[in-house]
Amino acid sequence: MTEHILRMSGITKTFPGVKALQNVNLSVRRGEIHAICGENGAGKSTLMKVLSGVYPHGDYEGEIIFEGRKCEFGGIRDSEHAGIVIIHQELALSPQLSIAENIFLGNERARRGLIDWNRTNFEAAELMKRVGLRENPTTPISDIGVGKQQLVEIAKALSKEVKLLILDEPTAALNDDDSAHLLDLLRGLRDEGITCVIISHKLNEVTAIADSVTIIRDGQTIETLDMASDHVTEDRIISGMVGRALDNRFPPHEPTIGEEVLRIEDWTVYSPSQPGRKVVDGAALTLRRGEIVGLAGLMGAGRTELAMSVFGRAYGVHISGKIFKDGKPIEVRNVQDAIRHGIAYATEDRKRYGLNLIEDIKRNISAAGLTGLSRRGWVNENEEYQVAERFHKSMNIKAPSVESIVGKLSGGNQQKVVLSKWILTEPDVLILDEPTRGIDVGAKYEIYTIINRLADQGKAVLVISSELPELLGLCDRIYTLSEGRITGEVPRADATQESLMYLMTKGQEK
Amino acid sequence: MTTLTVGRASVPTKYLPVLVTGCLFLAMFVAGGIRYEGFASGQVILNVFIDNAFLLVVAVGMTFVILTGGIDLSVGSVVALSTMISASLMAGPGWPPYLVIPLVLVIGSGLGLVMGYIVHAFDIQPFIVTLAGMFLARGLCYTIGTESIPIEDPTFTAFAQARLDLFADMWISPSVIVAVVVVLAAVYVLHYTRLGRAVYATGGSEQSALLMGLPVARTKITVYTISGFCSALGGVLLSFYMLSGYGLHAVGMELDAIAAVVIGGTLLTGGSGFLLGTVLGVLVLGLIQTIISFEGTLSSWWTKIFIGMLLFAFILLQRLFSARSRR
Repeated sequence: MTEHILRMSGITKTFPGVKALQNVNLSVRRGEIHAICGENGAGKSTLMKVLSGVYPHGDYEGEIIFEGRKCEFGGIRDSEHAGIVIIHQELALSPQLSIAENIFLGNERARRGLIDWNRTNFEAAELMKRVGLRENPTTPISDIGVGKQQLVEIAKALSKEVKLLILDEPTAALNDDDSAHLLDLLRGLRDEGITCVIISHKLNEVTAIADSVTIIRDGQTIETLDMASDHVTEDRIISGMVGRALDNRFPPHEPTIGEEVLRIEDWTVYSPSQPGRKVVDGAALTLRRGEIVGLAGLMGAGRTELAMSVFGRAYGVHISGKIFKDGKPIEVRNVQDAIRHGIAYATEDRKRYGLNLIEDIKRNISAAGLTGLSRRGWVNENEEYQVAERFHKSMNIKAPSVESIVGKLSGGNQQKVVLSKWILTEPDVLILDEPTRGIDVGAKYEIYTIINRLADQGKAVLVISSELPELLGLCDRIYTLSEGRITGEVPRADATQESLMYLMTKGQEK
Repeated sequence: MTTLTVGRASVPTKYLPVLVTGCLFLAMFVAGGIRYEGFASGQVILNVFIDNAFLLVVAVGMTFVILTGGIDLSVGSVVALSTMISASLMAGPGWPPYLVIPLVLVIGSGLGLVMGYIVHAFDIQPFIVTLAGMFLARGLCYTIGTESIPIEDPTFTAFAQARLDLFADMWISPSVIVAVVVVLAAVYVLHYTRLGRAVYATGGSEQSALLMGLPVARTKITVYTISGFCSALGGVLLSFYMLSGYGLHAVGMELDAIAAVVIGGTLLTGGSGFLLGTVLGVLVLGLIQTIISFEGTLSSWWTKIFIGMLLFAFILLQRLFSARSRR
């Protein structure tokens, strides 16, 4: 039996009201590439934050043994000192500084308090050679692409004498060439004796490079598989990731589906931050009256990007494609156009994009539909109050009055305010992005009931969700999205978690 | 916790800063009345209005800008430029006031419009844009003249020196009427129109406002235009008060206006605050000056010291509220 470099046992981490990790065990052998797989929100990132000291010792229960020693990290500095380096999905580089400066940031090559620039640039060049980055060490970070920035992060990790390198979704933002290069690099590092833990949604990559894989589901470790001896396939991993039974969490619903309301054709969107990267690629979908349609996809698949670009080009650049409303082509140039054409979009990040948290319920509800509540610019406050009162009752918003500040409501009630706001604009199409994120189970049921009611009123609803059981329980038809492309369209009767997960992780065919 | 219990009545937290400023004003007035003879009269308060009508008008414009989360540093310079343009046009070519005043208002609004457009179109911090506007307007004053230009137009001086008698020997100047009209109009716009809603929503969360389909761009340009208009009008009122145009008028007035808005309880980050607060803020600043002058022995720099301390206190207070509401 090979030696284990890391053993985490019995890790339990609770956030107020939620058990994010429950008795999780993870053992990583020295010199292997160990993948961690799980659905969005399964607890992978939380586990890595526990390991790297982001959540300090005492903040969680359980034991971490690294290199045979019990570790009690008080912060990232401690874990880095021990030789554990984590590279987050959002890269932590300072864009205006040079590659060399970034590599040695916080760890400067200095002599008597003064930076030794020769040594800095020379050693940086050595490290860059090791990771296969052909650039001048003095180039600013903002001048190189994301793929190369990822390499700088790895070079930075190497400069700290890393023993265990953790990568969180390293290839999520990369194109195929950069991904392939990165995976080659990881193999090279493994051969040099550096152990890697990689969190990835791309199962083809996992099966290609990992030596073993640990599957986490709902904050618990399900199993650890050895890739070679267990003959692990993508399907095997998928069944581990989703294997969970559906219970009675969804109100019953009989849909009455009418004619087509919204159709999108050949929809392509480019990333505004990374020129040339397609985030949505030739997507097409159709929504019909009274129908609840699901959009499934893993993080980074382009779900939100697709929805927001349709909603008045609120995201993305060089958007091309056609939108048809009731069979007729329409121009949607901005959010006002979208609202006028009866399209509403409830964002996945309510607090940042969906609400004015320092304002009251009444004014949040009326914000998008103010035109209907005012005449020649003057707002009819009486009518506004009555409208808000109506939603307060019909949506069962739990707050003392419609003048309560929205920032102080619970997640479920905030979401009801967001939904009220959009219902007031009398939309024909509602796009709901993660409508139940951060909402407790009871309130979820209420939100599902509201969604069903909206469909019964003849509206078309598109639900984006990371939770497959939610899509299966709620939707009449489900689209799957992978790497910006629609990879499947499945009626509810034929859909299973496994079949969806297969479509969601299907890479691009060449 | 949305309410704070004061005695038996409970006040929503959003009114609390205004209430605190109101109480402070009352306390200062009462303290002054006890300490100085002849202080506790209605005319003292009216004098505060008379002496600060221009500041009040400027602060109203500033309130709009700050509510959207912006800032306008150009107001003091625009005030000076307005006095300068008015004085020079009336003294030199002898233009009548009813032509000069509208022209000045158009120039001020135009400057605001341009700054608002730059803030929006190039996505530059308002601080930088209006700082540039501040230097520009101040510099333009000196291209007109480096000396103080007296205003001798008879209609203008007559209006400026008019006294409107109220009951019981109290009086106000026409400027006060103008300022009050501006305040009432602004209250109406902020609280009863779609523009007002868009101002609060933009300041509360610009990204949310965009995704709610609110006209964020138009709103931002509009508030700077309003601020420019108010500065120009403030300039006209200042020339009534000073009867001169001078490039050194209203130096640092932008900071007085910001102080008044902040003391009035408006959040510098935007989205929360009331015009009534700004009115109280101006009154508090004015009353400090009055107290210093009643004291007689204190130098006028004590005004600045008190304003400094008050600002500290109010910013701490706001910090306290926002920290608590986030919990």
